[in-house]
Amino acid sequence: MAQIFPKSANAIARMSVYGAIFVLIFVGWAFDALNRSAYNTRAFMAREQPIPFSHAHHVGGLGLDCRYCHTSVESSSFANVPPTKTCMNCHSQIWSTSPMLEPVRASFRTGQSIRWTRVHDLPDFVYFNHSIHVAKGVGCESCHGRVDKMPLMWQHASLQMDWCLDCHRNPEKVLRPQAFITTMGYQPAGDQEEIGRRLMSENHIQDARVLTSCSTCHR
Amino acid sequence: MLLVAAATAACRQDMHDQPKYIPLRPTDFFADGRSARPLIEGTVARGHLDDDAAYYTGKGPDGKFTPEFPFPVTKEVVERGQDRFNIYCTPCHDSLGTGNGRIVRRGFRHPPSYHIDRLRQVPAGYLYDVITNGFGAMPDYSAQIQPVDRWAIVTYIRALQLSQNASINDIPADAKARLSQEGGQ
Ligand code: HEC
Ligand code: HEC
Ligand code: HEC
Ligand code: HEC
Ligand code: HEC
Ligand code: HEC
Repeated sequence: MAQIFPKSANAIARMSVYGAIFVLIFVGWAFDALNRSAYNTRAFMAREQPIPFSHAHHVGGLGLDCRYCHTSVESSSFANVPPTKTCMNCHSQIWSTSPMLEPVRASFRTGQSIRWTRVHDLPDFVYFNHSIHVAKGVGCESCHGRVDKMPLMWQHASLQMDWCLDCHRNPEKVLRPQAFITTMGYQPAGDQEEIGRRLMSENHIQDARVLTSCSTCHR
Repeated sequence: MLLVAAATAACRQDMHDQPKYIPLRPTDFFADGRSARPLIEGTVARGHLDDDAAYYTGKGPDGKFTPEFPFPVTKEVVERGQDRFNIYCTPCHDSLGTGNGRIVRRGFRHPPSYHIDRLRQVPAGYLYDVITNGFGAMPDYSAQIQPVDRWAIVTYIRALQLSQNASINDIPADAKARLSQEGGQ
């Protein structure tokens, strides 16, 4: 009987043993890259909203402070999305006949909430709290990016665990004085490392070991 | 292989969206879809009896606006007031209180300047009431600003009014001496 495999098959067999390792590594890498990719985390993806509300106009153009609308961000775990009344503060007079704003006026008339589409959504097993970050000097910009340049809201960060941990290990890279918490396009007056270190001790920021322990965020 | 990776990477398991209410999550139990329920009329939350009329309405027992502040005015209070004023009032009243804010320039009704005589004479309680209940075309800020911050804003408006109408006689004597010395050199 003739041999089924030619002699060269030995080389192929040997190569495929090593090759399998590379293939596995590649698959692992592909999985990881995909997992971190903007496609999976849905970062940088603007969401359709019932009203084309533009942060670029209201924050960038009109210079409104975030807290004019997101009033609870300093005092509670979550940042509220403003009620219709807040829009009507101005839109009772400005663009008060624009069809684009009809859903706002309808909501004000009927008392039905506007149903905004959620952009940021951490899994429910993660504990996140705005007030501590804002109180300790992490600006909105550090996590949400240049909101004043967003015609529609998108997510600026991956919101994955390694993103939180990266900062919890070295918060001095982002800390800023209280007066600039909502400032967009903030430039530190001097050396960020130095300012950050000073704020670390002034604000009594805890040790990285505490901030990266599992029960800080999974409680 | 890649397809499997794509399918699993994008999949969200049950523990990501647990059947519980977190802030802003809608419900289909109530017809209006709100999981955070509005207060039923006539109920009073604990600690919100608000029976200190002067503090919560700016009006004294005789129904007139109080001229005084319900707590001592310190530097911290005025600074807090400045901070809040810049967030909530400058869009229309601008940072000096002259009423030329950006929203006004886009067509909102022009508010009066804080530095007219009438508004310098009004009692503090009146300014508090304007923030709480609005005035004419001005919206009310009772939902956005807590009472303690409303009073803080009033202290800052008073500071603004003083600063815009200061005369040479308001400067303490030693500072005045220094000023005329340095001015003369
Ligand atoms: C005029 C009112 C207003 C101001 C001022 C404002 N926002 Fe918003 N914001 C909204 C509304 C309404 C939404 C919901 C619609 C949307 O997502 O675009 C929103 C949504 C958001 C979201 C996304 C919420 C989600 O669904 O995950 C973020 C983040 C945010 N705002 C951050 C900011 C920051 C940072 C600032 C200050 C630089 C700011 N906002 C100023 C009204 C405002
Ligand atoms: C402090 C005043 C103010 C508030 C509060 C406000 N707006 Fe506006 N809005 C404006 C002005 C002024 C314009 C016109 C912008 C311009 O001329 O550049 C505008 C324009 C708009 C437009 C037109 C499209 C655009 O972006 O130019 C939409 C839609 C809109 N606003 C929605 C909203 C919604 C929804 C809210 C409530 C979350 C809101 N606004 C709250 C002042 C305000
Ligand atoms: C440390 C990072 C960080 C900072 C600083 C931060 N945010 Fe957020 N923000 C988040 C995360 C994470 C979420 C998603 C929370 C969730 O899904 O539960 C979020 C969600 C939001 C939302 C949607 C509603 C909610 O609470 O889920 C709004 C609005 C918002 N942020 C506004 C702001 C504003 C305004 C500031 C500045 C005063 C700010 N954020 C500062 C990380 C941050
Ligand atoms: C840009 C920096 C930054 C990012 C990003 C960030 N944090 Fe933080 N976080 C901080 C700082 C600074 C503190 C304050 C630490 C302190 O007070 O000791 C903090 C504190 C906290 C605390 C309170 C810790 C305590 O004392 O119990 C929680 C919970 C928390 N962060 C969760 C998160 C989660 C979840 C994420 C990701 C979704 C996140 N953080 C992303 C900087 C950050
Ligand atoms: C700074 C906050 C923070 C700390 C500290 C932290 N985590 Fe997480 N963890 C997160 C966030 C945010 C997510 C959600 C990631 C996502 O949605 O992709 C998460 C997700 C997870 C998941 C689920 C992954 C999945 O895809 O379902 C596990 C498991 C986990 N963390 C374990 C841990 C362990 C173990 C520790 C301690 C060594 C820890 N975490 C510490 C923020 C944190
Ligand atoms: C959306 C624009 C707008 C904002 C924001 C605003 N105001 Fe006004 N305000 C007005 C207008 C318009 C008037 C004039 C009303 C009229 O005469 O009908 C006014 C009038 C006033 C008056 C004078 C009342 C009188 O007797 O003439 C005071 C005091 C005042 N505002 C205080 C405030 C304070 C304090 C804030 C911040 C918490 C604030 N306003 C925010 C638009 C605004």
